[in-house]
Amino acid sequence: MERVPILKIGPTLFVSIQIDLQDDSVLALQEDLADQLVATGAHGVIIDITAVEIVDSFIGRMLTMIGSISRLFDAETVIVGMRPAVAITLTELGLSLKGVRTALNAEKGLEILNGKS
Amino acid sequence: MDELPIRSGDDVVRVRQHVRTAAAASGLSLVDQTKLVTAASELARNTLVYGGGGVARVEAVKSANGRGGIRLQFTDEGPGIPDVDLALTDGWTSGSGLGLGLSGARRLVDEFELISKPGTGTSVTVVKWSRLTSRCWRRRPGTCAGCG
Repeated sequence: MERVPILKIGPTLFVSIQIDLQDDSVLALQEDLADQLVATGAHGVIIDITAVEIVDSFIGRMLTMIGSISRLFDAETVIVGMRPAVAITLTELGLSLKGVRTALNAEKGLEILNGKS
Repeated sequence: MDELPIRSGDDVVRVRQHVRTAAAASGLSLVDQTKLVTAASELARNTLVYGGGGVARVEAVKSANGRGGIRLQFTDEGPGIPDVDLALTDGWTSGSGLGLGLSGARRLVDEFELISKPGTGTSVTVVKWSRLTSRCWRRRPGTCAGCG
């Protein structure tokens, strides 16, 4: 199983998913992120899914859960870079990713976390 | 027709990649490719988690009017589904999921058939057809240069 690296940049944890996600990798990311939020006291998480070709119901649920878990550690999660085809498919699948914020790209995501929009 | 085993999470990823390649080769649009691969991911996970593993079959098909498409079949020899109609209801789940896997997969494809008998296993067959493109002047994809 491949693990997704988590980078700390200032008060933000940055996750860029560059692998073909299997369920165990997503579960590991959830745990790693919770650990890192506690260890670093970060106030924001940016998850870049530019390279993610599909988000199915499991991955979508895990992204929503990451948002909920982060909130318990006083951190906001922004998912950035969703592909148009992924957005269309997610909606048809019936998933809305309620509870997590989304932004077009990492720059706009950072603006949300920094309170600029 | 290609047969792929589904025995682990890695196999689910391999099925997705295989379906993506086949869907692109059959002329499905990027959105339709994404829908089919997402459906394949849901069904392959079901095969693994609820069916205890099984086989995915991937086949390029052609409709009577010349449209290209992909047929996928997921077969397991697991416990089967006692109430198929209930299993296809949005939000119904036997486990910890959201209950969108099966019903969601059905929405993402053009044809969907589920055959299940308690004790003998489950087989799900889906088909996704390529759409007419605006450049296809014969309205029969694959028969004119507009389809490429």
